[in-house]
Parts: sequence; C-alpha cells; structure tokens
Amino acid sequence: MNSFHFIDRRKNPKGKSLGNRQRFLKRAKAQIKEAVNKSLRDRSMKEIDKGEKISIPSKSTAEPRFSHDREKGAREAVHPGNKEFSAGDKIKKPPKGAGRGKGKDASDSGEGEDNFQFTLTQDEFLDIFFEDLELPNLVKRSLKEIKSYAYKRAGLTVAGSPTNMNLVRTMRNAHGRRLALKRPSTKEMNELKERLFQLERIASPSEDEIAEKKAILEKLEGMEKRRRFTPFIDPLDIRYNAYEPTPVETTAAVMFCLMDVSGSMGEREKDLAKRFYMLLYLFLKRRYERVEVVFIRHTHHAEEVDEETFFYSRQSGGTVVSTALEKMLEVQRERFPAHEWNIYVAQASDGFTQSGDAKRCVEMLGEEVMPISQYYAYIEILDERELEVFSDADSGAELWRAYRTFAPQWPNFAQTRIARPQDIFPVFRELFARDRKEAA
Amino acid sequence: MSAVSEKLPLIYNEADWDFETLKRAYDAIEDIGLNDLGLDVYPNQIEIISSEQMLDAYSSHGMPLMYKHWSFGKHFARDQMTYQKGYTGLAYEIVINSNPCIAYLMEENTMTMQALVMAHASFGHNHFFKNNYLFRQWTDAEGILPYLDFAKKYIAKCEDEYGFEEVEAVLDAAHALMDQGVFRYNRPPRLSDADRLAKIAARVKHEETNFNDIWRTLPNSEEPEDELEERQAEVRNIQLPEENLLYFIEKASPVLRPWQRELVRIVRNIAQYFYPQKQTKVMNEGCATFVHHYIMNELYNRGQISEGAIMEFLHSHSSVVFQPEFDDPRYSGINPYALGFAMMEDIKRICEDPKEEDHEWFPDIAGSGDWRNVLKDAWANYRDESFILQYLSPTVMRHFRMFAIGDDSEASHVEIDAIHDDRGFRKVRQALAAMYDLGMHEPNIQVVGADLGGDRTLKLRHTIHNGRKLNEKTAAAVLTHIETLWGYDVTMEEEDA
Repeated sequence: MNSFHFIDRRKNPKGKSLGNRQRFLKRAKAQIKEAVNKSLRDRSMKEIDKGEKISIPSKSTAEPRFSHDREKGAREAVHPGNKEFSAGDKIKKPPKGAGRGKGKDASDSGEGEDNFQFTLTQDEFLDIFFEDLELPNLVKRSLKEIKSYAYKRAGLTVAGSPTNMNLVRTMRNAHGRRLALKRPSTKEMNELKERLFQLERIASPSEDEIAEKKAILEKLEGMEKRRRFTPFIDPLDIRYNAYEPTPVETTAAVMFCLMDVSGSMGEREKDLAKRFYMLLYLFLKRRYERVEVVFIRHTHHAEEVDEETFFYSRQSGGTVVSTALEKMLEVQRERFPAHEWNIYVAQASDGFTQSGDAKRCVEMLGEEVMPISQYYAYIEILDERELEVFSDADSGAELWRAYRTFAPQWPNFAQTRIARPQDIFPVFRELFARDRKEAA
Repeated sequence: MSAVSEKLPLIYNEADWDFETLKRAYDAIEDIGLNDLGLDVYPNQIEIISSEQMLDAYSSHGMPLMYKHWSFGKHFARDQMTYQKGYTGLAYEIVINSNPCIAYLMEENTMTMQALVMAHASFGHNHFFKNNYLFRQWTDAEGILPYLDFAKKYIAKCEDEYGFEEVEAVLDAAHALMDQGVFRYNRPPRLSDADRLAKIAARVKHEETNFNDIWRTLPNSEEPEDELEERQAEVRNIQLPEENLLYFIEKASPVLRPWQRELVRIVRNIAQYFYPQKQTKVMNEGCATFVHHYIMNELYNRGQISEGAIMEFLHSHSSVVFQPEFDDPRYSGINPYALGFAMMEDIKRICEDPKEEDHEWFPDIAGSGDWRNVLKDAWANYRDESFILQYLSPTVMRHFRMFAIGDDSEASHVEIDAIHDDRGFRKVRQALAAMYDLGMHEPNIQVVGADLGGDRTLKLRHTIHNGRKLNEKTAAAVLTHIETLWGYDVTMEEEDA
C-alpha cells in the first residue's frame, strides 16, 4: 500500500508571486507610467480611482526565443473537422496579412508584438502616479475611526433579494430537478398535440384511432398534471449570492474645493482648477477610505453646489473671497466636526478680490480655518503672459501678497501659481513632495 | 471489466468536502488505481490550496518553489487579469513530477471534482511520471525539489550580493536560450549529484567560517584553481558541434564569473527537467484523462458515488476532452486531452472489440483483451511522436475527421495532402506525428566553433529544414542575449540541411 498524506496549505501566505510582480512592474516602469498618465487625461474626477487596465508595448518585457519565420518555407499540419475537402484539393491563400487575424500587427514592432495587457490594482496605479509624494500632516491628529461595513462574497444561500439571484446556479438546479422528476417538456407535449390534431381531422376514425386518441388525451392530461406539480423553476431551485458584512475601519477626510467663479475666471482657468482638484482628490483617496468633497463657489456671495454646476456654470458678480471661507466654515461646523474628519481645503482663484478683503481672509484663516485644517492649498491661476510678470514670488495680486505674509506661520499652508496645464503636476508634486522645504 | 454485483456504500453524498471524505475517496480511488488498473505510482502528497495560490503557482511553471524573476510576474499579471475578467478558468489541478508526487487541489472544487483530480493527477500523471522512459531517463524526481530549493536560495543570495539587475541580466539571457539549453540525445548529468551539492555546501560553509567583512565587498571574480582546471577539462571534452548552447556557454564562456555560471546551470537544469513534458503532452494528459475516466466510472459501478456525482463528472470530463473543429472560432489546434484520451480509449476498444481493419492495422493487440498491459507498455515506452505513429487508428482519424494540409510559402495555394480515407490514413498519421516532433518545430541551432585562443568569436549555425528560416527579429534579440553571456562577438549562419 502506498503511503500518502494531505496537507492543508490554504493558510499559507498568499501573494507568493508578489516579488515577481514587483520585479515586473519595475522593469516596465517607464511604459507603465506613460500609460497611467495617458489614462488619466480623459477621466472624470470620481471614477478616477478605480484599478486600471493597462496596456503597454510588449517590447520592453519581451522574452525572445529562437523561432522559425512563419512566412518562409514549407510546413504541413493536421486539423480536425474535415467537411468537404478531399486529397489534392487546392485552396487559394488569403492575401498576405489579411488572414493573420487582427490581433497580430505586422508592423515594424516585430512579429506578433501585441500590446501586453494586465490590470494594475488601484494601489499600484496610484503608487506609480503619486510616486515620491506624501500627504503632509497626516499624523498630526489622531482621529476617531469610523466603523463601517463592507460586503464580501460568502458563497450561496437559499434566501436573498432578487437582485442577488445567481442565475447559473438556479437554472442548473432547476434543470436537474426537471430531469429528475421527469417533467414533460414542451416539445414532447407539442408532438402529442400534433398527433391528436391529426387524429381529430380524420372524418371516420377506426377503433384503433379512437383508442389512440383516448390514450393521448389521457397521457396529455397526465403530463399537464405532472407539469403543474413540477414547475419550470421551483422556489427550491433558487440560489442567491450571499454577501456578508465585514467591519472595516475607515478614516475619513473632507475636501473643500473653493473657487472664484466671477467673470474673470474663464473656461481655461476653471479647467486648470479642475485638474488640480482632481489630483488632490485622488491623492486623498489613497490615504482615506472615505473622502467627501464639498464644492463651494463664490463671487461676492458664496454657495455650496454640485460638481457639475461648480465647473460648468457661470455667474457674474464681484469677488469677495472671504465669503467662501465663511461658507466653508459653516458647512464644516454643520456636517464635518473637526474631531472626526481630516479637513483639506483647496482654493483656486485668479487672485483678485475686493480691496480689504484679503486682510479679512488672512484673519479668518489664521483664527479659524488653519487650526482645524490638515492642509490648505492656495493656487493662483494666471494668464500665461502674466507668468512672466509675476516670476518673482513676492509680487502678485492682493490675495497672493496677503497670503505670502501669512504663509510662514503655518507649515501646512501652501500657495502656488499655475498658468498652463503642464504646470499642474509639477506644482502638485512640489506641494506634496516628500521633503518639502519651502512652498513655492 | 470486473462486474461487482454487491454495491458498496456511497463515499460521499454532498458537494462539500472535508478531509475525512477526501481520505475515503482517496482510498477508494487507490484501490481501483492499484488493484484494478495495476498502476505503479510514487507516494502521493496532496495539498489543498486556494485559487489565489493556484494563480501564484501557475505563473512560475507550476512549481512550488521557484526563484524570483520578472517574467513570472508578467505571466501572473496576465493570468490574473484573464481569470478575473472571466476569459479563462483555472486549471483544476497542478501536479509535479517529484517523489513524493505533489498534486494541488483547489479549495473551491466540489467533492466530485476533488475525486476527479485525485484520480487524474495522483494516479494518472503520477503513473506516467514514474514509468515513462523519458522521465525516467531525463529527469530526477527525487532531486528536483531540493534542487529548486537550492536554486531559489542561491539566486536570492546572488541578488543580495551582486544586485538584482546583475542577476536579472544573466537570467534574461539564459531564459532566451532555454529551448536550446537541453541535451536531446545523450543523458544529462544527474541533478542531485551528491559530489557537487556537497562541494557547494562546503564552499558556503567555508565562506561562513572565514567571514570577513572587508572581503565581502570585493567582486567575486576569482575561480578556485582546481575548479578552473576541471572546467577547462570539460570544455576540451566538448565535441563540436554542440546542440546544448547553454551548456557550452556555461562551460566555455570567457567572461562569466563563477556565480554567473551557476545561474546559467540552474536555468539549463530547469529547461532539461521540463523537456520530457514538452514531448509527452498528448500521452501524459491522455494517460491521466483515461485513468480518471476509468476510475470515476468504476466508482460509480461499484456504487461508491451517486448518479448526481457521475453526471457532474461527465460534465467536466466532456468539457476537458472537447475538440472544436478547425473552422470553429474556438479552435486553437488539436486538444491534447481529446487526442490522447480518444487514442487510449480506442486502444482499449481494439483489444476488446476489434473490427476487421483493426486486425489489419494492429495485429499484435487486436482482440488480445489485455488492454491494461498494452496501455501500460505504451505509457512507458513512447513519446507523443512515436505513440501517434504507432497507435493512431483509422477509427480515431475518422472520428476526428482529420486532414493534412501542406503550406509552402512559395506557392499561391495550400494543398490538402490527405484526408481520413483509406488512401490517406497513413499520410495523415505521419503528418500528425511530425507535428509532435519537437526537432521539427524548434530551430536546430548548434555551436560550430569558438575560437577560444584567438578572437573568441562564438559561431552558431542554424540548419534549415524545408526552407524554414529563422525569424530575424527574435533571432537578433536572442543573439544580443548570447553576447551578454559570451562577452565577445557571436555570429549566426544559416545553412540548408
């Protein structure tokens, strides 16, 4: 008798190939990074944090072997499923390239060099995206952790809500039960009915035919009965996907987006601001399970709006920045108590405000906003021409100068200027760089 | 077939499994496998793993122990995506040619699937590994796991010592030559060469006892005098042309340092270990499929599994041996499971219930009734090519409706050379057997010269068969890899056979 034994390895650590995966990502880093940046360009703010299917040219990770050139020489192959061929038949070859299938491209990138596709996890995606960046002051405040529940798959159950019905299992069970209980199929019944119909059309039926008719009628009745007892799908067959709530500890952050929407802020400016907010949102998402976003727009009067309105509707009026701060504090007090939430504020403006208002802003920031905030970023959106004029960090519009004097007191306050889309990422990196020495 | 009049009790009745049930099922399967089929197997070790672990194992040649390399990560990334998107399922099992024979069962499988997999892997594949002449001659089931363990540790140590870019460069280059890194005709040296392992162990020990931090930072370029001599003696013994490029480079490369030679040797040994598997896909899978099919049906005949279980089994079994036809969008070549299983079932039929043509084609076995020994003999003494050439019957060719098609790149037409009719059977059989001859598919490349005393150029030659030239792009890429290992110029000439 042979000896044998079972070993339960399920508890062994998973992710044995993690090291291999890291090596692979490292190897293809440049390409992956490019693909990540490309995929970022056309996504909306909230859907951006999903894991991403990435496609990179396989050249960088090719594993070449000696192989034959498929275009040259003679070869013979055997295939199954002959239908009409006989020996000696000649079949015209498809024109070069056409028959090769569309997946393989015959371009100069080499034979069969398909792009290599795989999925980056959300973490890997963002890791690559935010490489070397760090969220400042995360540890400053210990937060009350909010318990919430996440649902995980937990096999199948016999009870559940219709939306969770597992169709495949259900139909498989039903099929098995119908076979087992010998439920007459519609096809069988139709055949009998057809025969019955034929018999009934006979004007003067013989005795045999009358007997057959009777037998069929009886049989049909029996079948009907059987069908009533064995329904096509029985409640017994139904299976539901089961989900089990598992508690997860979450940390939460709220991000206030403040933006000046007065006439001086055009489409271009708003677009730049949007990109910046997007990055910040993503970045926060990476650290916190739950991120709320509050959009506050202002002219001389501030209001909370939804994303759509925030970015795409226009308003006219003067500019009083402090109203936005007031509104923000109001919302915060109402819904986001400082001891439960990490608070991040990002303000975008073209730098103009009513004279005297800048002073008020600084006061509010110093007394109320900064003490409760994790981080405050002010970005000033400039015209490209203005960038030249304001190349010196000390000169600028009123708000800029006011913040400038205020900034040194608060390490978690940052201000910077953006004029072109390509500035955004560098500026963002600068703001969150791991060893940020001095903000802009 | 032994008709059992008395029905035995059911082994299990539910889809869920536990270790008790697995044990009972294993015993029942073993009884049929050993006492009815008369299989001869290594001791079994059966491991239960989760689907994630299965994916892990997948990406590194299915081996439980493997060194780290980015290419395994690449395969993992792709497998994971196709699995998660539902394009592909996972294999139900992985089995390793080792002693004891390790088979993995997936936790998610139902009890019927576990029974199927045990019969398939722990008896079917296991018997094949233990008895087939290729595996007996060319692989070392005793030594493979300790060797992989050594390889993994050795490579990890090299990564620490020399940086993983350095290690990766050597491994990348060696991987590119894996197909040309096997001995095809003469017997390779044993893995677990006790002397060699002892020597390595002694070296490690020596380094440990003479540990000196200053020396550690020095490049390890010195090759001990005795080893250098031994290696040079081996180089002198190599008769050109040499088909094993990796072996030649490992021994004769003018630039490799001792640890780099060891890496090349590791890759070469692994390539050699998998070489028999490449030549016996149809037989190996056919054998395992035939065995699981017989055992499961026998379990049912004995009353040990229920009707529901046999139904579930048949469902899985028929999808395993499904063969789409050539014009089906799902077609991707001949399914080795389908071909192997069909041929072996047919051998059984020929032994038990031969038709007239079978007497003519297989006079030795037709009607002999002793299919168990006929099959065992085939499993032990053939590889795919010779097995098809010997045993592919007209019945199977008709059943698959096989046809052979010739494609010459110079011609504007492809031609049907033969079909499944009396005139074509032998031709189709020959053509199909040739498809499983690795020598015909892997370019025949040999080392024909290395001017070790002069400019050290390594000369390779590709012998062209049927006008099939090398793919220039991949060849150029591989040559660059060879240059990394060789350190000097490498040339490649193509020559008609």
